[in-house]
Amino acid sequence: MSLQIKETQDSYDVIIVGSGAGGGMASKILSEAGLSVAVVEAGGDFDPAKEEDRTQLRPPWESPRRGAGTKIRPFGDFDQAIGGWEIEGEPYTRKDGTQFDWFRSRMVGGRTNHWGRISLRFGPNDFKRASIDGLGHDWPIGYEDLKPYYDKVDKLIGVFGSKEGIFNEPDGFFLPPPKPRLHELFIKRGADKAGIPMIPGRLSMLTRPINAERGVCFFCNQCNRACQAYADFSSGTCLIHPAMKKGKVDLFTYSMVRKVTTDDNGKANGVSFVSKIDRKEYKLKSRVVVLGASACESARILMNSKSKAHPDGIGADSGVLGRYLHDSTGASRMGILPDLIDRDRYNEDGVGGMHMYTPWWKDNKQLDFARGYHIEYWGGMGQPSYGAGGSMDSMRKYLKDEFGNPSPNGGYGAGLKKDIRRIYGSTLGMSGRGESIPQYSNYCEIDPNVVDTYGIPVLRFHYKWTDQEIKQAKHMQDTFEEILTNAGATLLGTKPGPESMYGLAAPGRIIHEVGTTRMSNDPKSGVVSSNCQVHACKNLFVVDAGPFVSQADKNPTWTILALSWRTSDYIIEQLKQKNI
Amino acid sequence: MNRRENLKLLFAGSIGAGLLLGCEPEQVKLQGKVIGTPGGRTEEEKARDAKLIAEQFFTEEELKKITTLVDIILPADEQSPAATALGVPDFIEFMMKDQPDMQTPMRGGLMWLDFEAEEKFGKSFNSLEASQVVEIVDLVAWPEKASEDYQGGVRWFNMLRNLTCSGYFSTQEGWKYMGYQGNVPNVWDGVPAAVLTKHGLANPEKYAEVYLKPEERSKVAVWDEAGNLIG
Repeated sequence: MSLQIKETQDSYDVIIVGSGAGGGMASKILSEAGLSVAVVEAGGDFDPAKEEDRTQLRPPWESPRRGAGTKIRPFGDFDQAIGGWEIEGEPYTRKDGTQFDWFRSRMVGGRTNHWGRISLRFGPNDFKRASIDGLGHDWPIGYEDLKPYYDKVDKLIGVFGSKEGIFNEPDGFFLPPPKPRLHELFIKRGADKAGIPMIPGRLSMLTRPINAERGVCFFCNQCNRACQAYADFSSGTCLIHPAMKKGKVDLFTYSMVRKVTTDDNGKANGVSFVSKIDRKEYKLKSRVVVLGASACESARILMNSKSKAHPDGIGADSGVLGRYLHDSTGASRMGILPDLIDRDRYNEDGVGGMHMYTPWWKDNKQLDFARGYHIEYWGGMGQPSYGAGGSMDSMRKYLKDEFGNPSPNGGYGAGLKKDIRRIYGSTLGMSGRGESIPQYSNYCEIDPNVVDTYGIPVLRFHYKWTDQEIKQAKHMQDTFEEILTNAGATLLGTKPGPESMYGLAAPGRIIHEVGTTRMSNDPKSGVVSSNCQVHACKNLFVVDAGPFVSQADKNPTWTILALSWRTSDYIIEQLKQKNI
Repeated sequence: MNRRENLKLLFAGSIGAGLLLGCEPEQVKLQGKVIGTPGGRTEEEKARDAKLIAEQFFTEEELKKITTLVDIILPADEQSPAATALGVPDFIEFMMKDQPDMQTPMRGGLMWLDFEAEEKFGKSFNSLEASQVVEIVDLVAWPEKASEDYQGGVRWFNMLRNLTCSGYFSTQEGWKYMGYQGNVPNVWDGVPAAVLTKHGLANPEKYAEVYLKPEERSKVAVWDEAGNLIG
């Protein structure tokens, strides 16, 4: 990572905090409109096409830990999300014995460098859930407001998929999807029997080029390492760096924002940040401030932005700042497919994600929980690295000799080695990712007793799942068993029951946290307006997932991008009209 | 071909199979030799890797035990080398420092070997005959056959087996033995026809015209207003 702090002007039209999906899109749209932009990022610069940053196609033997995860890269030594669940010097706390795990990524592009690239539009129902089931709140905007932006995002960034005509899974401008892998066809056989649909995945990877600037996918299965050909979407490669090349965009790295500064009238006039390099405080001035630091980090900045005009922080007067924090639900199950033992070998890498998935297919009126989930599938002949050949102490019994007798678990020797080769590529599984019900009682706030190494007060979380999410997880487990069994797989492990909330992942673990600065046209029930403009501070905007009123059973990134583009258009128009 | 040319090809979408990008001969030579991970490392990561590599965890005696055991777990056969030939003990040495939670159970297990060897044969583990070593290993290598008294030893041996396998199959020789063919630029065009036939499966007919056609892979996508791909 290059260590540098840019000596540049100290006044801009717009300051954008954060360089992930939301900040990246805002930097592109605002700079293309001729505005001068400063992007302030808490981590270093990163470009996967530079040899010094590249981990793509590196074999595991280039890592002394052979690709095992570390505290700073919990998803593996080659994974390109620098940060993790616990960052040295940047703590957070939890309240009342509840759990929330917060994943942060400190680098240009943020978490978009390693994300799963699952790029699903929210559907018409996803904006109006309260009208459908009476729980939570509707968004003040609908699908029709975002559709033109989803269309533009598809064309600008690229996503493969298939047109299906499913009402709440809107189609887009799709690139051709890749054919299924073998385990996906087996799973489809099981899903067909259970009456559960499976359609081609919708992932933002370029199976064909969309312009001359970015290459096409060469099927290495390593999108989580960020692509040197820029054939998948990450904010640095597709938005931030192109914006810097084309427009007046200055990038401030290793710059940790403490607060949004305001004038005597309470209007934003810049930010105050700490340079991680010299540990000194700096100030930048601007006409407009845009927060895209991530739902929780942006809420934290607002809470810490105290002044005479905003004694409790900006947006705190709404009464909902930090409230309605919610993550997707998640649960998983795996099995072993006897048909895939001793399988033929070929290069099965494919794209860095599933080639087929299941969108939500049921009507909740017939179920004992309110919201749906989609299913992601995994398996196949993945790259042997740390963990390869493991668990033979419990897995070896699934291998049978020529007389049909199971191998004993454990052991050693040439026979063990052969059995590891035989079992390779025969396990498979699935994960549900569902919608939770946003709760006022799930929130983040400033911990009055704890600061980070920069002296900035940190977040304290309070989060509990409700019966809705637990019942949904139970339904996931029943579904997973049905699909796996129908596919001919033997289930592995025991079925998670009520003692573990049916395997429901802890809040935060799915890394889809949203809702902390939610939108409403009523300043008493939302931090921002339907244009993501902070009610209490008209020249301050939020472009990450904070404004989400509800997180659908989709992944949030495509909606962050569409919403950030729409907000950027609004900022340009408001500046033109001299309203801000 | 240098990397710049590789990249040009990638951008053009005309890459041929078998081009092994990022695995140049000098990198292959590094296999089995412990150096820090390359690629976008933070200063904190570089410092940590360097520190871990400089430290020594295992004593000479412990390392000798590990060396004996990993070759029992994964010995040479007609198709593949033994674990020690692939540097597995060095890998395990590194992992002890990288994931220090493993240190106490590993050290405890290695200690137990001497206790058991003394009890059974009146010698230290490292002085045993090969057949005596196997006799001790058999006490803990088979989770379901091991007696209740040896369950602690079984857990330790499971950990050692897992580490040995990780260190073995994450090498180029390990990939060769496993038959892994990926990590090279290529064009995915579905499961080979012969494999589909063998399993009685087919790609869904419905998407025959929708799936990526490799020959169109360098054509810039064009859509009509309704989102149909028309070019």
